[in-house]
Amino acid sequence: MTTTRIFAAKRILTMNPARPEATHVAVRDGRILGVGSLDELRGWGPSELDETLADKVLMPGLIEAHAHMMAGSLWRFVYTGYFDQAGPDGRVWPGCRSLPEVMAALRKAAAEMSDASTPVIGWGFDPIYFGEQRCSRHDLDQVSSTRPVALLHASGHILNCNTLVLQRADFLRADVNHPGFPLGADGLPTGELRGPEAMMPVFAHVGLGRELLGGDEVGIRAFGRICNRAGVTTVADLAATLGDGEVDNLLRVTGEADYPARVVSFLRLIGLSPKDAVARAVALREKDSERLRLGRIKIVADGSIQGFTARLRWPGYYNGAPQGLWYTAPEAVRECFELALKNGVQVHTHTNGDEATDMVLDCMQQALKTQPSPDHRFFLQHCQLADAAQFRRIKALNMGVNLFSNHIYYWGEQHAAVTVGPERAERMNACRTALNTGVPLAIHSDAPITPMGPLFTAWCAVNRLSSTGRVLGESECISVAQALHAITLGAAWSLGLDGEIGSIECGKRADFCVLDADPLEVAPQALKDIGIWGTVLGGKVFEVTSA
Amino acid sequence: MSIPTLIIGGYLGAGKTSLVNQMLRSANGLRIAVLVNDFGDLNIDADLIQGQDGDLLSLAGGCVCCSFGSDLVAALMQMAARQPRVDLVLIETSGVAVPGAVARSVRLVAGLRLQAIVGLLDAETCQARSQDRYVGDLILQQLHEADVLLLNKVDLVSEAALAACLQWLASVRPTAWVWPCQQADFSLEFLLEAARPIPDPVADPAADALATLDHWGGGERYRVPGAGHEAAFESAAWTLSAAQDPQQLCRTLEGQPSIVRAKGYFKDAAGRQWLLHKVGQRCELRESSLALGSDAVAGRLVVIALRGQMPQLMLA
Repeated sequence: MTTTRIFAAKRILTMNPARPEATHVAVRDGRILGVGSLDELRGWGPSELDETLADKVLMPGLIEAHAHMMAGSLWRFVYTGYFDQAGPDGRVWPGCRSLPEVMAALRKAAAEMSDASTPVIGWGFDPIYFGEQRCSRHDLDQVSSTRPVALLHASGHILNCNTLVLQRADFLRADVNHPGFPLGADGLPTGELRGPEAMMPVFAHVGLGRELLGGDEVGIRAFGRICNRAGVTTVADLAATLGDGEVDNLLRVTGEADYPARVVSFLRLIGLSPKDAVARAVALREKDSERLRLGRIKIVADGSIQGFTARLRWPGYYNGAPQGLWYTAPEAVRECFELALKNGVQVHTHTNGDEATDMVLDCMQQALKTQPSPDHRFFLQHCQLADAAQFRRIKALNMGVNLFSNHIYYWGEQHAAVTVGPERAERMNACRTALNTGVPLAIHSDAPITPMGPLFTAWCAVNRLSSTGRVLGESECISVAQALHAITLGAAWSLGLDGEIGSIECGKRADFCVLDADPLEVAPQALKDIGIWGTVLGGKVFEVTSA
Repeated sequence: MSIPTLIIGGYLGAGKTSLVNQMLRSANGLRIAVLVNDFGDLNIDADLIQGQDGDLLSLAGGCVCCSFGSDLVAALMQMAARQPRVDLVLIETSGVAVPGAVARSVRLVAGLRLQAIVGLLDAETCQARSQDRYVGDLILQQLHEADVLLLNKVDLVSEAALAACLQWLASVRPTAWVWPCQQADFSLEFLLEAARPIPDPVADPAADALATLDHWGGGERYRVPGAGHEAAFESAAWTLSAAQDPQQLCRTLEGQPSIVRAKGYFKDAAGRQWLLHKVGQRCELRESSLALGSDAVAGRLVVIALRGQMPQLMLA
């Protein structure tokens, strides 16, 4: 006979308007039997009362609907970011407040290595805080001249390496002439590698293989623990290559009893024709498990705004930078949409610039004419610069948006000063306009681009504070309740899983986020500071552990 | 000795894959390494494929095809170091690639030498696409960054449409060699030769040119009169269907002072193949083993003349 467990809590925020609050939730077979008072739930028959969470606030398990597996893979390396951050194992890595502190962290890691050839890799490096001071290969040679040393920037777009790595990659030459390789006074590359063209060829020499970044077992497990620390029970990986080996790994690791999250993995269109991608997605759908969901496609339409590779409409970049790049041709987007709609495959499309958004909306409009589909759940991911008219088109096409609210805090000032200028910076990630227009809304971190933390992301959407503490676009602020909806039911809807997760109600999966305080009670400015005790996944309790 | 590298650019549907297949079929013992953005876009003729090992396809005649995904430079380095040594690297770019950026990557790799950027254009759609709201700027950039332009699918458009297209190209890229073709019917040798600039002692004053189609005898003649009045030059191109007498062709071209440059490849009656250059008033002729592509083609010729003074050449 299966057991029924009733969790008592200080308060349960259900996200179900018919019964918004409760004190108890009953769980059987990993699902929610009911939510209400203890008396009501006793009606289900014999049960055990679990008071572990009696002084906690429960919410539906939070949903990070746009992250990357790399957010787990990187933690095996040396964190060198500016702010203190806890790793998946709970170890708190102190922030590095100066270039010498970064070097000290790397030297310490090198000193702890038992062999002589293992690369030393740092990540999260953010020299924006160190003024004009740049890191050069000579700095990293001080860490080691006999083993490869590399330092990945927080943006993910720049890598520094030591002289040995440059030599091994055959870039320590006087004839290197490429914008990705700044040269020193000696005419040789400084070891700073800018952009993927320059970085990628070096990855192999420092042990940063594509497979590793895509997620090996260690990475998948770390990814799960990061979710747990952020109160996340379902996470979307946008996007993966999903080869057979990768899928087997994912199925096995996420299927382990103590794996703390459900993973929704999107197949990236890159490397596949639309026809092959849709066929692959259809085939992958058959492999779905309770913890791993496949059979969805991610398209990248353009680049990034801070990298000046996003496609912007007139008048373009505030600093006059040239127009950005297309990563996928409009014809391919349209073909993929049509085939996917025909086969019932969900497609999410990355657009950063507003021209890219226009392009995708045009493709969707055409695709829907040939393949009318009332409930397609096609989403625009990031969609950072959409204006009100575009949101009206998005609504008309029955699409949704997953906005990148963390950008307001991390890069808002840069957007106002450099990339799009003050006016458009205020309309970036326009949550309020989306909701006013009736567009389904989710918000995300894009971890590891910014740290995973839906409560932090909600805080960004509610307060729209930049890193200097000013409000950027007050009219686009949303309420706490709206933000909480976006990181639960809103995100669940974006993944087509809103019938299963996203709220606490009878029949849904027993996935909860366990909080130390009530997000509806604390000041909106304090939303990001609420302690996360852990999560419950399918009725199993996962307390956040500290190292 | 560095390995020559050709970049094949052009938007979706311009015929890049057809051209790559042609190159492989006419490799004639050369070991070619073809790099494609991803196998997803690849449509290498099945009979050329001998085996696959991960990202690498082995092809007939010692050629290979490698998908580079997001890491072109690493793939280029791999090809530069490959044993047995590769004779030629061909990069088929993705339809949305900016060829200049690909060229920068090639220059980054020791052991490779950028031979040329070949731009393929779809005669049916290129002009309209250059006005496209989303990809117009990209199409123009691809056009501007190419060293030689292959105007493909000319058989699918009317003479008037082709004339208009060539005239438009002449206004956008007045000094580029534009080779009209169908089904990308160039041999590898031809392409390598076509992509090579004519040795020109004097800096090119702006061999402004190119243009229309009208049929002339057994050959097809492409010519556009008046590609904008400020242009000092115009050009014409022929696909020759009959054998030519080399000396006579030289004399014909040399006898026309208004022809400032010409470039051509053709067979003579004995089946020998010739390469012809005219720079200034002098024609250079050398025998060549150049294969021209399609068997139906006996030669190709592009002529640049002073505007309004394109002579009436009787060519078959």
